[in-house]
Amino acid sequence: MTDYRIQGATGEWEVVIGLEVHAQVTSKSKLFSGASTAFGAEPNSQVSLVDAAMPGMLPVPNKECIRQAVRTGMAIEADINKWSRFDRKNYFYADLPQGYQISQLYHPLVGEGSLLIEADEKTGIPEDKTIGIERIHVEQDAGKLMHDQHPTMSYVDLNRSGVALMEIVSKPDMRSPAEAGAYVRKLRSILRYVGSCDGNMEEGSMRADVNVSVRKPGEEFGTRTETKNVNSVRFVMQVIEYEANRQVDVLESGGTVDQETRLFDVATGTTRTMRSKEDAHDYRYFPDPDLLPLVLEDDFLEDCRASLPELPDAKRVRYETELGLTPYNARELTAEVETFARFETLLTAAASAIGKPETKVATQVANWALSVAPGVVKGLGDEANLSNSTPEAQAAILAMQDKGEISGGQAKEIYEIVLKEGGDPATIADAKGLKQVSDTGAIEAAIDDILANNQDKVEQYKGGKDKLFGFFVGQTMKAMQGKANPQVVNQILKDKLG
Amino acid sequence: MTDFTQLGVKDIRDGVASGDFTAREVAESFNAAVDAASALNAFIVATPDHALAAAEAVDAKRAKGEELGAMGGVPIGMKDLFATHGVQTTAASHILEGFSPQYESTVSQKLWDAGAGMLGKLNLDQFAMGSSNETSYFGNVVSPWQKAGSNAAMSPGGSSGGSSSAVAARIAPAATGTDTGGSIRQPAAFTGICGIKPTYGRCSRWGVVAFASSLDQPGPMARSVEDCAIMLGAMAGHDPKDATSLNRDVPDWEGALSADLKGKRIGIPKEYRMDGTDSAILDSWEQGKAMLKDAGAEIVDVSLPHTKYALPAYYIIAPAEASSNLARYDGVRYGLCDLPEGAGLQDMYAATRAEGFGDEVKRRILIGTYVLSAGFYDAYYTQAQKVRALVARDFDRAWEDCDLILAPTTPTASFPLGSLNDDPLTMYLNDVFAVPASLAGLPAMSVPAGLNPDGLPLGLQLVGKAFDEQGVLDAGLAIQQRAGFEAAPEKWW
Repeated sequence: MTDYRIQGATGEWEVVIGLEVHAQVTSKSKLFSGASTAFGAEPNSQVSLVDAAMPGMLPVPNKECIRQAVRTGMAIEADINKWSRFDRKNYFYADLPQGYQISQLYHPLVGEGSLLIEADEKTGIPEDKTIGIERIHVEQDAGKLMHDQHPTMSYVDLNRSGVALMEIVSKPDMRSPAEAGAYVRKLRSILRYVGSCDGNMEEGSMRADVNVSVRKPGEEFGTRTETKNVNSVRFVMQVIEYEANRQVDVLESGGTVDQETRLFDVATGTTRTMRSKEDAHDYRYFPDPDLLPLVLEDDFLEDCRASLPELPDAKRVRYETELGLTPYNARELTAEVETFARFETLLTAAASAIGKPETKVATQVANWALSVAPGVVKGLGDEANLSNSTPEAQAAILAMQDKGEISGGQAKEIYEIVLKEGGDPATIADAKGLKQVSDTGAIEAAIDDILANNQDKVEQYKGGKDKLFGFFVGQTMKAMQGKANPQVVNQILKDKLG
Repeated sequence: MTDFTQLGVKDIRDGVASGDFTAREVAESFNAAVDAASALNAFIVATPDHALAAAEAVDAKRAKGEELGAMGGVPIGMKDLFATHGVQTTAASHILEGFSPQYESTVSQKLWDAGAGMLGKLNLDQFAMGSSNETSYFGNVVSPWQKAGSNAAMSPGGSSGGSSSAVAARIAPAATGTDTGGSIRQPAAFTGICGIKPTYGRCSRWGVVAFASSLDQPGPMARSVEDCAIMLGAMAGHDPKDATSLNRDVPDWEGALSADLKGKRIGIPKEYRMDGTDSAILDSWEQGKAMLKDAGAEIVDVSLPHTKYALPAYYIIAPAEASSNLARYDGVRYGLCDLPEGAGLQDMYAATRAEGFGDEVKRRILIGTYVLSAGFYDAYYTQAQKVRALVARDFDRAWEDCDLILAPTTPTASFPLGSLNDDPLTMYLNDVFAVPASLAGLPAMSVPAGLNPDGLPLGLQLVGKAFDEQGVLDAGLAIQQRAGFEAAPEKWW
């Protein structure tokens, strides 16, 4: 096992990373108002009186947002606080109509939990590791300023104002960019399994504040910096690399790291100071007097728990133990919601088409889903029309292959035609002659011919030259134009050659 | 034209319902009275057309034999803290001058639905911050009352000073008020009318410009206990748009009114006998005890030991909430915007808020910002919240020995406008008896008890258990019947 280390002039440095991930809660309406949350609408078209902070307007908590945050907490096996409270974080900015953000500082909805990142030699994670999660709280998003609409003025779009976010705060448990990347990917996967966030980092549904510090291994934590609003896994890893190296340079040249907020510059891959500790806001947090404490009933919690789907870790284990998949296949298939959903649909269809239990065909379906099918699709490029690739069509191909009607190669050829032109695989196999001959009569006749024409070789084989068996198989396949079922050929040859 | 302005809510409603007169006649009378009373400066804007339209709707309903509603045909004044659709809503501030909401507050909507009409938007202390109605951007409200032998302009109390002045002057039969730390009760006491702050959450705060959210509570102001009961019934009720709204049925307070207090125990809190309390106030308190006893109640001594900490705690909690609630007035979306040449965002905030807020509002924003600051939060805000809990516990313990508490509403009668301007602390003391019930969220009412030697009204306060508005109203009725308060200010305006 090799730990991630920065090699400095004075020796090795360890990097300490904590992440605050802001995940937009999947809900039709905002955290405290009925306005829509749909992405990409005309500016200021999804703004209620509450979101615009008109005089006398009051927030009313949206139960669905609370439910989603609670379900997320349950998915990371966290303590759910049955009593929590909303606080106001006060500061002035034009994208913040109320002059405060409603958040949860003192009593968050979700307490401590954890998340498992798996060993991955490829990316440099030597072993499975549990990353602690400090808390999840719910809060309002702000609006957006637009500086490109007018030469001297800025415009404000309040569509996002009041949209519900979960802030998921990790412990400072990560020690490398790879671990941080794996953490964000795993968190995203869990959120998408649960359905509490769509995980779309490009649309800003998920973004991270990256806390980085460095220390000599075994020493106390160093001073950290926080880089705000990083919106891709790759950028998170870049920020950590850059910040860790920058901090090592600062420290080794005799300086000190300032506790400050920094910004990531995507173009240069560097970070720069946004505001120093001295300029830090005094947010004057206090309990929001417009809202009562949030008290969760047992029934509500039970409903939340009952609505949770099978989660990635549990699913992965089940794929290995119940379905007999390899650890690699199990991990690949469970990483993303879409992947396992497609797999499970295909598995059901294939088991039914083949007429065997799912456990008996799982490996075959997994290989098809992870390697065979993607290979064919990739080979076709733009010619592939994925809408033709229905679970029924794929299951039909797998069933023909399982029955020995077609070979592996023929399966690919048929799938290629399905992708390009659509159609029923069995019809295609018939029409294009893409079928193996399993008719023992025809094969026997061919073999009889070959054996009669190669008496010398038959003698040699019987005399002990076993390798000639391959010769007979080859001749038979040639005679059958490659369409004979190899298993049948083998069997008949063995019978005839004694 | 018959003058209907001496009539109260019940008289008007019943008279309109029985066809003695039309709602339109009533509205015309009051519209004229409002028009003639500009010297009081009680209204920021008059809305005679609104009053007439509502009256005509009620008259039309009566012609068709339909239900007229609990406030059918009654024109009222609306404190200009309630958002009214299409009618300027200012909170008596410059920063909201010209602001016309595209929504109607829940309470005002309920009143219109009950058949009431609007005479106009009533003046108040700016953002409801004040106890004399001298902090309004639109000028002081003047009480219709004057000291015997003087024509000095007197304070109508505050913050609901427009409401108290208008109702006392008979230019409105009733008005809405809001009470954060006495803003219904103190002006009612100063002007010889009734006013009740119900249990926190009884009346929706939706559409009411916020001062201190955990304390703000709308309530009615009128000249009789019955009228308050009627109007409170029309204002109260659960509102899903206000997360702090009480989800309880609204009792028929008017129907259940009874001045028979047999079996009731009235607590007299010894801590309210404070230094500096006017002897006339103490005398009226004694008379109040006697009246309640006469109505069948038992008088018991109780203790509310944390009373003296209530006012300081209030002046931490209320400004703290206000400093945050008023952050939305920033010049970005509505109201005043002062954008100096070449100014950036921070400059715009500073210029807009410096121009748009009055001194008292700024003072409270500063206090509130200070007490919430890092390093001071625990010493002030957290400590004040603990005091608040102790004040509430005082009442809980007192309820073991009594059903209601009787106390003066204010330590003094009204004072001349301008006399306390340089002394905010003395001004704040006006609410010393009112604030504990606010901190505890309890229903509390001021009823007129008599006049002091200067001929100025005095009020007595009744505080009840949470949700027991009925008990408060009943005891108020017992005092009203015995005090026989018939005095009215002599018209000078």
